[in-house]
Amino acid sequence: MRGIYKIYGTGAAEVRALDGVDLTIRDGEFVAIMGPSGSGKSTCMNIIGCLDVPTAGEYLFRGVDVAGLDRDELALLRRHFMGFIFQSFNLLPRVTAVANVELPLIYDGVKRATRRARATEALRTVGLAGRESATPNQLSGGQQQRVAIARALVTEPPLLLADEPTGNLDTAMSDGIMVQLDRIRVERGITIIMVTHEPSVARYAERILHFVDGRLVKDGPPAAILP
Amino acid sequence: MNWLDIFLMAFQAIVRNKLRSFLTALGIIIGVGSVVVMVHLGQSATQSVTDEIASIGSNLLFVMPGTAQRGPGGVRSIARPFELDDAEAIEREVPGILVAPALTSNATVVFGNANETIAVIGTNNNYFIVRNHALAHGREFEDSELGAGSAVCIIGTTLVEEMYAGQQPLGTTLRVGRTACRVIGVLEKKGQSMGQDRDKTIVMPIKAVQRRLVGKLDVQTIYVSALVDGTTRTVQRDIESLLRQRRRVASAADDDFYVRDTQDIAEALASTTNTLTILLGAIAAVSLLVGGIGIMNIMLVSVTERIREIGIRLAIGARTRDVLMQFLVESVALSTLGGLIGLILGVAGTWLITTRMNMPFLLSPAVMLMGFSFAVVIGIVFGFFPARKAAHLNPVDALRHE
Ligand SMILES: Nc1ncnc2c1ncn2[C@@H]1O[C@H](COP(=O)(O)OP(=O)(O)O)[C@@H](O)[C@H]1O
Ligand SMILES: [Mg+2]
Repeated sequence: MRGIYKIYGTGAAEVRALDGVDLTIRDGEFVAIMGPSGSGKSTCMNIIGCLDVPTAGEYLFRGVDVAGLDRDELALLRRHFMGFIFQSFNLLPRVTAVANVELPLIYDGVKRATRRARATEALRTVGLAGRESATPNQLSGGQQQRVAIARALVTEPPLLLADEPTGNLDTAMSDGIMVQLDRIRVERGITIIMVTHEPSVARYAERILHFVDGRLVKDGPPAAILP
Repeated sequence: MNWLDIFLMAFQAIVRNKLRSFLTALGIIIGVGSVVVMVHLGQSATQSVTDEIASIGSNLLFVMPGTAQRGPGGVRSIARPFELDDAEAIEREVPGILVAPALTSNATVVFGNANETIAVIGTNNNYFIVRNHALAHGREFEDSELGAGSAVCIIGTTLVEEMYAGQQPLGTTLRVGRTACRVIGVLEKKGQSMGQDRDKTIVMPIKAVQRRLVGKLDVQTIYVSALVDGTTRTVQRDIESLLRQRRRVASAADDDFYVRDTQDIAEALASTTNTLTILLGAIAAVSLLVGGIGIMNIMLVSVTERIREIGIRLAIGARTRDVLMQFLVESVALSTLGGLIGLILGVAGTWLITTRMNMPFLLSPAVMLMGFSFAVVIGIVFGFFPARKAAHLNPVDALRHE
């Protein structure tokens, strides 16, 4: 990722959400993005996740220049290479846990029976065996976030993107989620990029990127950056 | 993403929001229902008119004064009426026919305590053959009664039922207008015809109606029946030239009378009911269109409500066409479901109305197919815009949406 700018609005109302960011993330890294509110963390994350395109700059994903891809190609890229976890869980309401987890597989055209089996297995991985038919409003925040993790992992993507995954959870639940993420990362050798405010959560990462006003100001291991 | 999954997804969305789905489909239900009912009723009406007219008699000609540019309904009454002489001349000059001059007048009919206003037809004995309405009991008029215009009458079965209450009518005396009238016969039962009770009638010698009820020597209609099949056209021409002579119509002028056969009348009436059918069908189609706009409305609301859901789907790898199909199939499923329910209700409604109104119950597959496919098309057309809107949302904005 080189010279990335993301600019909202024009003229006096211009907001430089990202102001010239150069960044390389290698396969298998566990990266935490930190920084004050409004510093461009989510914007950076969305660009990495191909949910958004930069105003200027070049982003190569596994050697492919993302700027050359159209809307549907980006969708396919997300489908096969990325899993998303959000602060607000973003599960489909009134839909069972297992159906939520199945969703990415539906778009991938996976057969019904296989789909159900893989979704159930993914739920088991996050410790929710037996809660398959619960709807999100019957689950606690931590459980909902674990359903979301199962959904992000069910397609076995090499890259997991988590925007403040513990932002809506209490400390105990946060720890549970982080332990789980770390375990999955080690087991599967996936890359995780995570936005967080909390140093306790960021400590799970191997590398911390610190953003201020759309610029990457610090980049190093937790020991060097966290007080 | 395969079709089954798309359908299941749409079906789940519909079921998840039952009330809203029902209200959305309601417009289509009413639209398709009314198209089916209206057009079917129109066709039934046309059919019953055609049937009725065929039952009047196929070799029958109506001769009436007036001009007939606009069919039997558009008669100009300023034309000179016929007289009995005209009917006699036709009978004398044109071979192979039966002639029944007729004059109808409404009169109050009283028997015992019962009284009713009834159309009294003055005519001769040919009427029973020409109009295909024979006697069940009693006898026809005698020549002396016809010649003198005697106060004798032959009555329809409705009158017998309503005024006699099981009593034997033959030989009794009815008061018709101011005339005491002896009942000499009873007509056989004919039933309803074009909304009219053909049994609620009294037949008298034409001279009796002329003198005792109307007070004029007019003849309203001359019924002519060709005795040999296929000769009505020749008979019609003969009558026309004879009447032009008798009524001294200048050779350049139009006839001041008209001769119609039942075929003409059937066609004229059928074309009227057809126009009506098209009109009603068009009104119903407009309501279907309004139903379509309803679908678009609700689908737009639904898209707005589900922006976040769309964002999630886009984030996990749904392509533009996946989201487009999801919402399009949802709206088409709604309109198809609405179309089906509308079809069933429409058929039920048609059955109910036709049986109540003594009309033939006929279903036209073409009409049903048209109404139904119209509903499906409306689902596609009006579902497209909201679906497109959903499919082209920006994933980040959609996810950010509250
Ligand atoms: N869609 C948008 N339109 C306008 N401004 C935006 C939009 N998205 C983000 N911003 C602005 O960009 C800046 C960075 O936002 P964001 O990346 O969400 O910050 P963070 O996640 O670090 O809190 C903020 O100032 C925010 O107001
Ligand atoms: Mg943020």
